[in-house]
Amino acid sequence: MSEAGRVLSRLRRDRRAMACLGVLALEVLAVLLLPPLLGLEPTLTDRAAGFWAPPSPEHWLGTDDVGRDLFARLICGGRVSLLVGFAAAALSVGAGVPLGLAAGYHGGSWEFWIMRWADVFQSFPTLVLVLCLVTLTGASVGNLILVIGLLGWPSIARLVYGNTLAVREQEYILAVRALGGGPWTILTRNVLPNAAAPVWAALAQRVGRAILSESSLSFLGAGIRPPQASWGNLMQYASSLTVLTARPWVWLPPGLLIVLTVVCLQVVGDGLRDALDPRFIPKIAAK
Amino acid sequence: MAQYIRRRLLTAVPVFFGITLLVFLLTDLAPGDPTDLLGEGAAGAEEQAALASALGLDKPLPVRYLLWLAGLLRGDLGESVHYGQSVASLIAQRLGPSLLLVGAGVGLAVLIALPLGVLAAWRPRSLWDGLSNGFTVAGSAVPGFFLALAAIWLFAVRLRWLPASGMYASGASGSLSDLLRHLILPAGVIGLTNVGGLLKQTRSACLEVLGEDYIRTARAKGLREGAVVVRHGLRSALIPVLTTLLSHIPHIIGGSVVVERVFGWPGMGSLLFSAISGRDYSVIMGVTAVMALAVLGTGLLLDLVYGLVDPRVRYE
Repeated sequence: MSEAGRVLSRLRRDRRAMACLGVLALEVLAVLLLPPLLGLEPTLTDRAAGFWAPPSPEHWLGTDDVGRDLFARLICGGRVSLLVGFAAAALSVGAGVPLGLAAGYHGGSWEFWIMRWADVFQSFPTLVLVLCLVTLTGASVGNLILVIGLLGWPSIARLVYGNTLAVREQEYILAVRALGGGPWTILTRNVLPNAAAPVWAALAQRVGRAILSESSLSFLGAGIRPPQASWGNLMQYASSLTVLTARPWVWLPPGLLIVLTVVCLQVVGDGLRDALDPRFIPKIAAK
Repeated sequence: MAQYIRRRLLTAVPVFFGITLLVFLLTDLAPGDPTDLLGEGAAGAEEQAALASALGLDKPLPVRYLLWLAGLLRGDLGESVHYGQSVASLIAQRLGPSLLLVGAGVGLAVLIALPLGVLAAWRPRSLWDGLSNGFTVAGSAVPGFFLALAAIWLFAVRLRWLPASGMYASGASGSLSDLLRHLILPAGVIGLTNVGGLLKQTRSACLEVLGEDYIRTARAKGLREGAVVVRHGLRSALIPVLTTLLSHIPHIIGGSVVVERVFGWPGMGSLLFSAISGRDYSVIMGVTAVMALAVLGTGLLLDLVYGLVDPRVRYE
């Protein structure tokens, strides 16, 4: 694993990427640890505070239309949004990498069917397809992860496919074959590590995309539904003009957290790509 | 040329069947069918069965797919349960506003991306470069609905410069200036949320071109800097920019659904959204099929535009 060590040390020299990684780590720790530490109750109505209480020492971001603590909802909503983002991205990679490898390495009818279906899926506006599927299958955290994750496979598969095509023709693959390595050995030991390196960078970006999909859907009322909170559905409050204009502390924090998270993921993704770069840059096979 | 178009169309055929099959399966897998909605509980099992056979629902799946496909090719997308209108006419009413909105948004994104990307590539590490970097990161990280809310808050509520929703002021008889005033905010949001990828691509493509030998030759023979950058740099950079634009079209359309919803724009996105919440399957199928086929069609069209922009492209 010295290669991974080298990549990490290159990444460590990238100040911006490390700062963003720190922010992300902080967010994850906050959503995991704050609810038990502070005893946050995202669904509890505080009768004493009342509805739409402004920020106060007890309720840092005030309360919502039924007297629930908005800070608790923000933190617990972050749990849901980050979980959907990371799990969906992991699923996209889990589905996309094997499909891209198979299409690139086997060629022939594998290539035809897998890449044509990738074309089909990429012709659809993903958000529209996610919207339809989630509504039809029922909106829940599990279904959102499943739908957003599975629909993310074509971009990952295309990336791996292009790199596999380039790697496949390299002389060291020929050397392994001449030494008697079987297709499975070549695929897992030689092609996969080389073709899949850029996937790490793409993974960070997919997490961001998944968070954006989830929040758009939840904002529209088609994703995570109250009483469960997510960063997207917390912004639904802003559909009311009074909240939008008079209570910015209700809808600005979740919006800003989404932006911060996605920006950080992008910077980390770019940093990873650069850190992985110097070894060897497979050009996507251009026609 | 004709042969190239033919071959390009041929590769689009499997994708066309894939798209329609996927849309068809999508609604077939969904729980419930139109007889539940039309029968509304009052109908007995026999009446439901009669309705199912009248609607052709008792036929096997492949037959139903072929029937739906034949209808699609004739422009017959079925009836909307909710609106009591044919789906094709519903889509026809909504297509114009959507095309206007997405077109204006994409136009705006290109108008920002091209000059800014070229300036950023021309003077790396300058103010322009920083500005373009900021746009790139923010453009792809700020969700459309957040930007839309902020825009409504600032321009419609605080400053009262622009209307916050709809296509025309209610009661007004649809003048062009009224339409444009309503168009600015939603088109602006679509433009700004999609400018990132285009800008990044313009900058890097232009940067690559400006490092070429023939650019040095052009400068050495005394060509004005503006002509070098625009005529040689920008022109060669257009191809990758077009490709990026093409690959972003599905994403832009998806984003426009959210924007239409927030601004109450009477387009395909709003139609789709009300159809989904009302389980109006024939409308869902019609709209998703039309959107996906529009993406496919745009791809074919842009392929031909390459030839006009880049003299190196030869259609064999």
